[in-house]
Amino acid sequence: MAMHSDHAHDFNQTGEIPKPQTKVIWKTFAILVGLTALEFVFAFFMEAGTLRNMIFIILTIFKAFYIVAEFMHLKHETKALIWSVLIPMALVVWLMVALISEGSYYFDSVTNYFK
Amino acid sequence: MSTSTTLEAPKSGTWDGGNEPLKASYGKLMMWFFLLSDAFTFGAFLIVYGLSRHKHMPYTGEAEAFTFSTEWWPIPEKVFNAFPGFHGVDLPLAFVALMTMILILSSVTMVLAVEAGHRMDKNDVQKWLLWTILFGGTFLGCQAWEWAHFITGTDEGMVLADGTRIFGANLTMNQYGPPLFADLFFFITGFHGTHVFSGVVLLIMIFINTVNGVYHKRGHYEMVEKVGLYWHFVDLVWVFVFTFFYLI
Repeated sequence: MAMHSDHAHDFNQTGEIPKPQTKVIWKTFAILVGLTALEFVFAFFMEAGTLRNMIFIILTIFKAFYIVAEFMHLKHETKALIWSVLIPMALVVWLMVALISEGSYYFDSVTNYFK
Repeated sequence: MSTSTTLEAPKSGTWDGGNEPLKASYGKLMMWFFLLSDAFTFGAFLIVYGLSRHKHMPYTGEAEAFTFSTEWWPIPEKVFNAFPGFHGVDLPLAFVALMTMILILSSVTMVLAVEAGHRMDKNDVQKWLLWTILFGGTFLGCQAWEWAHFITGTDEGMVLADGTRIFGANLTMNQYGPPLFADLFFFITGFHGTHVFSGVVLLIMIFINTVNGVYHKRGHYEMVEKVGLYWHFVDLVWVFVFTFFYLI
């Protein structure tokens, strides 16, 4: 890496370093840990089924929201950037719905065929 | 007006490069769009997992009476129930809970490093980057153990129709269920593990640069932010892998 030392920017630490502002970070951490703990509560104390899977997926989306919005700072970017990241993700959701119902159809047709 | 002055003049017009609609640097934008494309790849993996799962027979009996069979898709709690040092003890999902905690913690230390970068606090950036590298390395170690256990298998193994017993898993057969289950386990967690590994390499690189004062001389710690974006994405992917592979 070429070291073009531009002396205008070559400032050493002068003056006070501002105090860390970490309250939001630890709060987000607490939320993520809480949601994960909640997932384990449901995993151990609830019968497996569609309802439980829905709960898992909703909790996962909440966790994803906190990671992307706070840790990746997307919440504080411009609207245009937020949408240019979120809208393409709708395609993934579409593909997911399409292929999972395709899997069920495939299963049904194969099991019915061999009945 | 001579040509040289025109070239040196700052581009300030709306259609002249002076307009910055997304208010983010080139590097950060490219990182976002790279991560978006990476999300498509991981999305495709998990969607294939959903498709294969739906085209296999689900296990319908009592959870207590569950046995491994190639007939039906296994229950994850029965597959991932081992913990290092507790041989033969049934601890469902305990180890993966530990791995999840380690990765979330590493995400927190990463965001703390980014925050320290905003304040130009070189010592804090170093400290938090080191913690992140440590947690990332620990996660990789955990995954290596998990893979080793998955490949070796349990003491009981699975009895095939012809009476032979098989132990553990590879790409063509496995004791836990249909071969596709092990294939997808290797592909999805392996691809994620490769991302964690690349992340740790990037973190070591920016750690060395931070120690050498490269970013301090540059006047900003944006590189830490960009690697931070990547690292959080790796954590984000794990959140989804954890739900779809281990919980559902």
